[in-house]
Amino acid sequence: MQPINAAAVQEALNRFANRDVYIHLETTNGAYASHHNEGFFSAGAYIRNARIRFTRGKITGPGPYRVGLKLDLGWVYAEGLTHWEWTEKGQLLLAGHDHQGKLAVALELSDEPFV
Amino acid sequence: MNERHVLVVFPHPDDEAFGVSGTIAEHAQNGTPVTYVCLTLGEMGRNMGVPPFANRETLPLIRRQELEDACRILGIRDLRLLGYRDKTVEFEDEEEMADRIAAIIAETNPSLVITFYPGYSVHPDHDACGAAVIRALKRWPKEERPTVHCVAFAKNCEQDLGQPDVVRDVSSVIDTKLAAIRAHRSQTEGLMQAASKRGDALAWLKTERFWTYRWDD
Repeated sequence: MQPINAAAVQEALNRFANRDVYIHLETTNGAYASHHNEGFFSAGAYIRNARIRFTRGKITGPGPYRVGLKLDLGWVYAEGLTHWEWTEKGQLLLAGHDHQGKLAVALELSDEPFV
Repeated sequence: MNERHVLVVFPHPDDEAFGVSGTIAEHAQNGTPVTYVCLTLGEMGRNMGVPPFANRETLPLIRRQELEDACRILGIRDLRLLGYRDKTVEFEDEEEMADRIAAIIAETNPSLVITFYPGYSVHPDHDACGAAVIRALKRWPKEERPTVHCVAFAKNCEQDLGQPDVVRDVSSVIDTKLAAIRAHRSQTEGLMQAASKRGDALAWLKTERFWTYRWDD
């Protein structure tokens, strides 16, 4: 993955607008966060291969970046995004990595279900 | 120590590396067949590197290759990938999981099974994996069940389970063990660097500790 180029990501988001697409969205502190630090409140969420349709997708922020997708009846949102990749399969992968290179958030879009 | 067949069941490709790979290498070097059932490909691993060497979609492919390399190093010739997904094991149908594990137990007829101690293994996949193995084994009469050696590392495991009753010095295969750990590079490189700075890695890795599972039925 490469550090996010906001203009290129915006162009990629536009390609997925107004049609059915599959989404992967996750946030995570890691399964051991509360084991290593008992005071740490670990929380996260994960959705894979939900099918959505958004009318507008937008990347904002100075970096780390935020992405919001406006659905007909709601929203998808992720913050802390640092890296992106456009795959050979035409998927948009966005991820937020912490200073140790550990993934903290991911937002991915694809025309076909993720394997 | 001479077993007929050793069956190892863990949910993630590197779960065997730090705590069990010396034991596995010893069994394999004794000529004991070892079957390793790995439930997932560790798809949800967080370590992507600086700069990133992997992404959410390529990580499972990398980890599968690392697992195959580690198995070759340890002398595991029978690797079974069950195709569950990382961090979802506890939400699977428990009977269905036990069915699949019981079929492998029936086929391989192990004298020793190694897995996680259910309830004492921190990661929900670890606990669910250990519970599925125990559920599968309970389908056999108690006297016909193989010995089960469990890995546990929850903060309360010694308080509840006592000291581990199997403590194995694996110094004689430490080079093989270190090579297997290094094979899981995407997961272990950072840990090994941190450990070598502390200088206590080798002493820790030379000992492997297990709790023999105590049947409650």
